[in-house]
Amino acid sequence: MLYREVGQYKTNYAADMALFPILQDRIGIAVILAIAFVLIPLSGNDFLLNAVMIPFLIFALAAIGLNLLTGYCGQLSLGTGAFMGVGAYACLKLTTFFPNVNIIVWIIASGFFSAAVGALFGLPSLRIKGFYLLVATLAAQFFLEWCFIRIPWLYNNVYSGNIVVPSRTLAGVPVTGPTATSLTRYLVVLSIVVIMTWVASNLVRGRIGRMWMAVRDMDLAAELIGIRLLRTKLLAFAVSSFYCGVAGAMLVFLWYGGAEPDVFNVDQSFISLFMVIIGGLGTMIGSFFGAALIYILPIALREVPAALGLPLYPATVEQLQFVIVGVLIIVFLVLEPNGLARLWQIGKQKLRVWPFPY
Amino acid sequence: MRAPSAHEAGLGAALLAVEDVSLSFGGVRALTNVSVNIHKGEILAIIGPNGAGKTSMLNVINGFYQPQSGRITFKGEERRMMRPYEAAQGGIARTFQNLALFRGMTTLDNIMAGRTLKMRRGFFWQLLRHGPALAEEVEHRRVVEEIIDFLEIAAIRKVQVGRLPYGLQKRVELGRALAMEPDLLLLDEPMAGMNLEEKEDMSRFIIDVNQHYGTTIALIEHDMGVVMDLSDRVVVLDYGQKIADATPDEVKRDKNVIRAYLGEPHGTST
Repeated sequence: MLYREVGQYKTNYAADMALFPILQDRIGIAVILAIAFVLIPLSGNDFLLNAVMIPFLIFALAAIGLNLLTGYCGQLSLGTGAFMGVGAYACLKLTTFFPNVNIIVWIIASGFFSAAVGALFGLPSLRIKGFYLLVATLAAQFFLEWCFIRIPWLYNNVYSGNIVVPSRTLAGVPVTGPTATSLTRYLVVLSIVVIMTWVASNLVRGRIGRMWMAVRDMDLAAELIGIRLLRTKLLAFAVSSFYCGVAGAMLVFLWYGGAEPDVFNVDQSFISLFMVIIGGLGTMIGSFFGAALIYILPIALREVPAALGLPLYPATVEQLQFVIVGVLIIVFLVLEPNGLARLWQIGKQKLRVWPFPY
Repeated sequence: MRAPSAHEAGLGAALLAVEDVSLSFGGVRALTNVSVNIHKGEILAIIGPNGAGKTSMLNVINGFYQPQSGRITFKGEERRMMRPYEAAQGGIARTFQNLALFRGMTTLDNIMAGRTLKMRRGFFWQLLRHGPALAEEVEHRRVVEEIIDFLEIAAIRKVQVGRLPYGLQKRVELGRALAMEPDLLLLDEPMAGMNLEEKEDMSRFIIDVNQHYGTTIALIEHDMGVVMDLSDRVVVLDYGQKIADATPDEVKRDKNVIRAYLGEPHGTST
């Protein structure tokens, strides 16, 4: 009843093409942003900030990156983990060479390095498609992972072979390193993710998004309306890797505070791919849903027995958590193969016509 | 009554000239020394029995296939090796026999995608989607809305095309081709699988496009009634060879054409 666009007439095309054309959606997003920027920081709950929100936002950003490539442009990739790694190592090198430059600038700039690497490994996409491309990107994953382990220069020749994040401040406030508070890091991550999500949604709604989707849906016809396939695909690889790279840099600099090369192994690629598929291919909100289901749900499940006062061993809880998440993933996919974003859409449609069936 | 077309009026400026084109796949000859002129402003029908090489002909014209020999001249320029996107840049649009729409996109996005080549704002404006980028988007939306009105598909503007019935999908595909504002429009069986009413609608759209926008049209069609009514000129292909090239009335009486469609009469020697 409340969620209706009746009477909201658009008088120009710009209003019709807005990101949130319906008033209720605009209110909704304002409320979400208010919660994220004000309420959650005010709660001061360190566990919520550090163990839930920061990684959730970072994984959501990586999922958006992969979604641009797979969901919008139709190119399958298992290189997400490696492209995230490129961002993290690029950020480490940049801040080592130029320690006085603002770390946030370097986190964003490191995205360009992974964009370049992503575009390079996107070259085979002109000739190979689908699962075969997936295997080709797997080569990127293994090659880059090898680089992260075998090239000491990348991790500043540290004996442990890990990334050690230096302390960096922004206007006197520590942003990275052991002295940075979770609140600062959360606000930095949140700001970057919000801005980059907005930019991505701009991109996919305009000419470039249509070019990507055209290539995804029918590359033959795309070429026929004047789209150059290789350029379009490489742009998708570059932009996608940019997002993954920034997510990778944030993962290490703003969450872990230090990382082994293992963080960027093929598991990370798979997890990102699952997030995108379960969340909904070709939707922005799906990336957040996917990240929430795969990352936050297990954490929530772990808290349930304790909250209910059930006497379970932590190990049992962990086993159960795997089982339940696994079952839920299958249930969701059977219910709606197009992902959680589609369920969301159906829910909105139901709400729109409520109390009538249609 | 139709206004006299370029051909009937005897103006013979060839927009596209195919000369002596041969195309084969391995041992199969799809086209053998075919020459066809498409004149500015006309509606040309290409007909022939199944496997005669009609679709191959269109594929050669817009660069999907590279002929082994022969020449193609478009707007006075001779072309060797052309990619489909170059044909698009040159002003050739095309629809397919079995639909080549972007099924996951809305009607609006499909037709907007047809404007891709006309849009100029670069990547960084696209990121912001404000100022010039938004103005450009609105400007092209206006053109697309005109096409949507013209094709009477306003009601399905925001529906994903994969969910539309076949007849409407065909219309959306025509809309996408029109959005390119082509000089030459190639239609591969625009009326295949349609009922009578849909065929009438589509015929009306084709004639309107030809007369209002002055678009030159080459179409492949099996419905002879439609072909004879719509076209200014008919080219008949059989086994990859051109066997007739004349006005509809002449083609109807042509012995070779009758033989190709109906076979040899009994009792006549070859």
